[in-house]
Amino acid sequence: MSGINDFAFKMATVNGTGSASANSLLMQAIFRMGIPVTGKNIFPSNIQGLPTFYEVRVSKDGYTARPEHVDLVVALNPSTYAKDVATVRPGGYLVYDSSWPLESELERAGITILGIPFGRMCVDAFVGDRDRTLLRNIVYAGALAALLEIDMDLIGQMLHEKFSKKKKLLEANHTAIKLGYDYAKQHFACPLPFHLEKMDATGDSILIDGNTAAGLGAVYAGATVGAWYPITPSTSLMEAFRGFCERFRVEPETGLHKYCIIQAEDELAAAGIVIGAGWAGARAFTNTSGPGISLMQEFIGLAYYTEIPAVFYDVQRTGPATGMPTRTQQCDLMSLAYASHGDTKHIVLFPCSPEECFYIGTTAFDLAERFQTPVFVASDLDIGMNDWMCKRLVWDDGYQPDRGKVLDAEALEQVKKFSRYLDVDGDGIAARTLPGVHPNGAYFVRGSGHDKHGAYTEDSDAYQEVVDRLARKFATAATVVPAPEFHRQPHADVGIVSLGSCHAAVLEAIDRLREQGIVADYMRIKAFPFNSSVREFIDTHDAVFVVEQNRDAQLRSLIAIETGVPRDHMIPVLDYGGMPLTAKVVVTAIANHFAQVPA
Amino acid sequence: MTSIAKPPVRHPGLQRNALGYTVRDYEGAMSTLCAGCGHDSVTAALVQSFWELSLPPHRAAKMSGIGCSSKTTAYFMKQSHGFNSVHGRMPSVTSGASAANRDLTYIGISGDGDSLSIGLGQLSHAIRRNVRMLYVIDNNGVYGLTKGQFSASADIGSTSKKGEANMQQPIDPVLLALTLGATFVARSFSGDKAQLVPILKAGLSHNGLALIDVISPCVTFNDHEGSTKSYKFTREHEVEISAADFVPLRREITAPETNDDVSVVAMHDGSTVRFRKTADSYDPTNREQAYAHVRACQLRHEVATGLLFIDESGHDMHAMARTVAQPLVELPFADLCPGNAALQTLMQQYR
Repeated sequence: MSGINDFAFKMATVNGTGSASANSLLMQAIFRMGIPVTGKNIFPSNIQGLPTFYEVRVSKDGYTARPEHVDLVVALNPSTYAKDVATVRPGGYLVYDSSWPLESELERAGITILGIPFGRMCVDAFVGDRDRTLLRNIVYAGALAALLEIDMDLIGQMLHEKFSKKKKLLEANHTAIKLGYDYAKQHFACPLPFHLEKMDATGDSILIDGNTAAGLGAVYAGATVGAWYPITPSTSLMEAFRGFCERFRVEPETGLHKYCIIQAEDELAAAGIVIGAGWAGARAFTNTSGPGISLMQEFIGLAYYTEIPAVFYDVQRTGPATGMPTRTQQCDLMSLAYASHGDTKHIVLFPCSPEECFYIGTTAFDLAERFQTPVFVASDLDIGMNDWMCKRLVWDDGYQPDRGKVLDAEALEQVKKFSRYLDVDGDGIAARTLPGVHPNGAYFVRGSGHDKHGAYTEDSDAYQEVVDRLARKFATAATVVPAPEFHRQPHADVGIVSLGSCHAAVLEAIDRLREQGIVADYMRIKAFPFNSSVREFIDTHDAVFVVEQNRDAQLRSLIAIETGVPRDHMIPVLDYGGMPLTAKVVVTAIANHFAQVPA
Repeated sequence: MTSIAKPPVRHPGLQRNALGYTVRDYEGAMSTLCAGCGHDSVTAALVQSFWELSLPPHRAAKMSGIGCSSKTTAYFMKQSHGFNSVHGRMPSVTSGASAANRDLTYIGISGDGDSLSIGLGQLSHAIRRNVRMLYVIDNNGVYGLTKGQFSASADIGSTSKKGEANMQQPIDPVLLALTLGATFVARSFSGDKAQLVPILKAGLSHNGLALIDVISPCVTFNDHEGSTKSYKFTREHEVEISAADFVPLRREITAPETNDDVSVVAMHDGSTVRFRKTADSYDPTNREQAYAHVRACQLRHEVATGLLFIDESGHDMHAMARTVAQPLVELPFADLCPGNAALQTLMQQYR
């Protein structure tokens, strides 16, 4: 099972002690050795003092889903010792701080226990609690470098890049790395049976998280107004947008900004700001998570009914209410698709990786402006906050934004009486005007009942005419939104349907199922409303499994509601405990299904 | 149909402003509010102000939430875009519109329900953000559209039409705005056009959020004995402390500036507002004094009106955000998208 460039290890530490930088140092070093690597940060909803974990998976085959078993655990948090010991696979290793006697609960047959006196070494080598605590992380990174054979020259180079301007810190980090490295070399047989060897499999790749990529995508798509209210796990998206704007959108001569970011008083206001800006003609977006989407409901309906473009990034987290803010889920699918009261339906996009979070920026803004409607990007915590290995991002300099049907001053000069909601082209999309452009374009946006001219109405026929056109517009959108991505195999008898961050685990599961004689076709849904190929795929497979991360099989419900496929024709594969999906969940569910069904 | 277009009657004798518009050109659809509603008087004062300022209608945007007051944005400036949004959320929509296009004149019309109950948070934060806009609260102490419930500005002891007395503390938008650091705070009375028009004009020239609380009696639900926001009560208890006389830049300033009763305040756009002091030593640039004055009037059951506080040196939203002078909506895409070469350089950081 485990071997060269094919294993996983995990650090169990206490949050707020600085382990994140050591963990990312390890990830980055492995990545620079040319070996495919994935990191999953399993952190608490807390600032200091609670257990936190970081899982690193190394996969020469390029699998990036969460690892199913852990070959080595670095257990530095006494409060989680018992659990940490239990997660080591049989035959695996456990590293603990031997500054103190081994706790009885750490003892376990069938695994190798390696004691390293991290604490004592740090007390001897460094001065002050702060340095001793922080550098303990770098010491374990050094020990792992020896045990796993991480290129020490590379680590040295990375420390230099990071601390080149802080000489004292650089020296301390060098000392710490060497302390751990030397101790492991002297006391244990290094490297362990599973370890690293340089490859050439990451040359065209980057390590990036989805929120950073999405923020960058919004800059490239030409978004100028961002409004938000801080909420885990979406906060870093706006922080990334701000960072990239500071880099790319500040006038060098004046220091003035070609963007406006407003931290609103709540998510309601964030939605209002985005809708106001979209109405005025800017590309505007907000980023939030489930609770924020709940708060934005009324505004979403207004934007839908008055036909104002707006982009909403929903970085989904676990559960209703506060739930588990630092855990992942795909639990907002239904609430996004039909957000708000009354008859409403929305375009929802499902990125499956940070890479797609970047490219989806132009798709989302183009669709929002073309269809004059809210567009949701349903990311999640796993994509948004974890570093994924992705293909290096490229930009097509020929891209021009699709601003949709907007009448300019010249066109308005010819207009005698502008009617805001008139479907001239038969595609359900009416032309709009922007404030400030021309007196002939003036109209009154109203959330109250309006007719096709935009005038107030309480007349049944006039009201229905408008909402029927909105339905027609939505039908047009189904033909334009990104079509599903298909992964087909010869002689497949099983169909798998999934979306978003499940993608990596599903791809891995398909390979494993094939080894077991189960050949599966796979359809990754990229957008709602569904393209007609969604139903075709389901109809042409005898057994169809829908893999998603929520309790109620929301994607399956959406497909049943919108395509007419009977719910029972789709077998749900559900995982909703808040952890990133593993291939094992998918393989087990599908294999068990066939084991139970008589051939 | 509750949207009724006004017949386009021409009065050849009507005076024209600098843009060649008559005051009728600033009107909108026919009001569907109750006959005698204070809000219609506010609308008339707004129309007069826009006309006097020669505001190009298509460069203004009319923003509102929900309620009788919010409906009035349909009753003026038919050549302006209007946005009747959701209840209590006009400030955020206006913030976003202003972020996108800072060059338009934003006229927000709200009410006491819209701004002091459901939208209290949005009002407060729009003040803190100092969005450049005219923010009018048509304040009648009552929910009109839902037929007569008390609003958050109803005074203690004020009785509803059914005779029930309000027991809860009122929220005074003027005191609130002063506390939150608003840079333009005024109060007037819908029945006092002579006072209201100059205040509205001053507010339209203010570099920031200009809050104007207009006591605007509800003739149907709140204009009876026992109501503290009736015409009768307001007329009897109004205390004017500072009359504003607005002089736009494009007109010569003719009034003598040596008059001791007048203080001249320069507005951000170069125009000036003149305060005719009716109370001794009232200084509209002193926030603490303004607050004390409004409280003192309140304790005497008087309504302090006039331009109560002004600070033209404050930073508006765009100054705080350091946005470029050109509206963001006018920036070409090439200015916004860094391009592939920059992306490839950036990608080195993710290696």
